[in-house]
Amino acid sequence: MNIAVCIKQVPDSDKVTIDRETNRLNRTGVPSVINPFDENAIELGLQLKDKYGGKVTVITMGPPQAEQALRDCIAVGADDAYLITDRKFAGADTWATSYTLSLAVQKAGNFDVVLFGKQAIDGDTAQVGPGVAYFMDIPVITYVKEAEKTDKGFKVKRVTEEGYQVWEVDGQAAFTVVKEANTMRLPSLKGKMRAKSATITTWGADDIGVEEEKIGLKGSPTIVRKVFSPPIKTNRETIQNEDPKQSVKELLGKLKERKLI
Amino acid sequence: MSNKEIWVFAEQREGVLSNATLELLSEGQILAKKSGYTLCAMLLSSDDTNLLQGLYNYGAKKVYSAVDKKLAFYQNDYYSKVISDLINENKPEIVLYGATSVGRSLAPTIAVMVYAGLTADCTELDFDTEQMLLLQTRPAFGGNIMATILCPNHRPQMSTVRPNVFKKTKLSENEKGEKVAVKVDLSKVKERMRLIEETIEEMDAVDLCEAEFIVSGGRGIGGPENFPKIQALAKELGAAVGASRATVDAGWIAHFHQVGQTGKTVCPKVYIACGISGAIQHLAGMQSSDFIVAINKDPQAPIFDVADIGVVGDLHEIVPELTSQIKALKK
Ligand SMILES: Cc1cc2nc3c(=O)[nH]c(=O)nc-3n(C[C@H](O)[C@H](O)[C@H](O)COP(=O)(O)OP(=O)(O)OC[C@H]3O[C@@H](n4cnc5c(N)ncnc54)[C@H](O)[C@@H]3O)c2cc1C
Ligand SMILES: Nc1ncnc2c1ncn2[C@@H]1O[C@H](COP(=O)(O)O)[C@@H](O)[C@H]1O
Repeated sequence: MNIAVCIKQVPDSDKVTIDRETNRLNRTGVPSVINPFDENAIELGLQLKDKYGGKVTVITMGPPQAEQALRDCIAVGADDAYLITDRKFAGADTWATSYTLSLAVQKAGNFDVVLFGKQAIDGDTAQVGPGVAYFMDIPVITYVKEAEKTDKGFKVKRVTEEGYQVWEVDGQAAFTVVKEANTMRLPSLKGKMRAKSATITTWGADDIGVEEEKIGLKGSPTIVRKVFSPPIKTNRETIQNEDPKQSVKELLGKLKERKLI
Repeated sequence: MSNKEIWVFAEQREGVLSNATLELLSEGQILAKKSGYTLCAMLLSSDDTNLLQGLYNYGAKKVYSAVDKKLAFYQNDYYSKVISDLINENKPEIVLYGATSVGRSLAPTIAVMVYAGLTADCTELDFDTEQMLLLQTRPAFGGNIMATILCPNHRPQMSTVRPNVFKKTKLSENEKGEKVAVKVDLSKVKERMRLIEETIEEMDAVDLCEAEFIVSGGRGIGGPENFPKIQALAKELGAAVGASRATVDAGWIAHFHQVGQTGKTVCPKVYIACGISGAIQHLAGMQSSDFIVAINKDPQAPIFDVADIGVVGDLHEIVPELTSQIKALKK
């Protein structure tokens, strides 16, 4: 089975700063990791490979330093890695990212399945998976917890608000994977060695043949008008007593006052 | 030129409109007033007879209704085909979807199909009457920052909007509206995916995302044997039970209770955090709750920074006492 996993490198910190001029997130100086949800997509990919044989290819669009995230994927067992990087991609929203990634995935191989994390924790949009699938003209199932091969394609379990659904998909498919699916395995010693020496294929805008007006800031329908910190609550009331009965009485009093109970 | 209309995607499951839909229509009423646009709903179903009136009652002046056996429930290929055709034909200014498992899957597909901007998981909408643009505000980076997003040059402007953020306002029981019957032709859409089974899990009583009250337990409860204390309080309040990741990872409670960046995002009327320190990843999932009560024995715990009422004390004393005083109150 030929498996692709799209991963994103995200800042690993609460210390996020914002470039006041461009209103974009400032990534320099902040340590980066693989997006936590993408770990579940990688693990699902590796499990499919363990079960049915084949290859796992990881692909990311990002700045040159995103290479490290790809190497981390190789360390846990990914076979091939592609870094899609170009200054022209800067400022891409989910529309432009979906478009760009879809071309890269199609150029990287003919995949039976393309996996995504449920969402990236920097933007929390969950839009890139369905977007790429549409551009590739393949069906997408979101919030997937389990997947197995069938004669025609795949059978997957999809998590919903109330429980789950089982879907059958024909042919090539894209899935976004939830956290409940699994926990990513640890890198092996051999994997770590391979990660150090593996070649990472790097492609820019010209290599994947994009239409310039559809990439980066220019290709993005949405713009960020302003970024601000969520307001902090300053009118907090504190209750602290020796006697818990008294605390509870005060608490209930305040809740009743506000007609909350 | 686009049409001066605001559309709300009417999400129905087995012939019942979702709360998110009614909330969106209610917010749509406000946006319609500000912008002067007409509020409309777009409904996909296998039978619309019992659904239209509900949409009118919440302010839809017009309902684009697509009826077809294949539209009984959400199937991404069918739904996105019908909706993108509708959008291309009628060119609404704004299209809103609930940020539910359906909305957050469907809207991104439509956004790329019609080359529209899409802002995910908004918690606030407003309308700039000078530029005539929708202002879409949403938390990013796990709630560390808020961003206001615009879509100046593409139409429609689309957002998914978090359930439980807007209040439902019904105009009356018998509002008038116009139905526009949509011609559906799905014969050319290949059936690439099939729903073969659906299971509704017996959740512990109340669903987190829909709950008005949530009582959440963290590592401070000490062990799985103490979750019943949290559950007892929740039961007394008719609340859903939430949990921090630390308790889920420790196996004290099932993952679907987890609130936070890698769990659920909730916006109840009242969120009661018991023995939760308030890590940023937890706050990300609950800090837009209307009212937050924190119970923690450490007065320095960061959860108190987002709390409206902070109770400093031992939860093993406070929580059972709270349960019994509420019980007494009800008598
Ligand atoms: C990428 C990533 C994603 C994450 N996603 C999530 C997420 O979605 N949700 C989430 O919750 N976490 C998430 N986390 C984990 C998060 O960082 C914290 O580790 C976790 O929330 C801590 O859980 P806690 O508050 O229950 O435990 P602790 O931090 O251990 O806090 C326990 C609290 O209980 C108090 N306490 C102890 N005993 C008592 C008592 N008897 N009475 C009263 N108070 C008491 C203590 O003072 C302390 O404040 C994530 C972490 C990462 C890195
Ligand atoms: N720049 C990127 N490169 C590769 N994959 C990405 C990128 N951005 C998003 N993805 C994938 O799309 C998923 C959803 O991302 P998002 O829509 O940004 O929340 C992620 O979990 C990744 O699998």
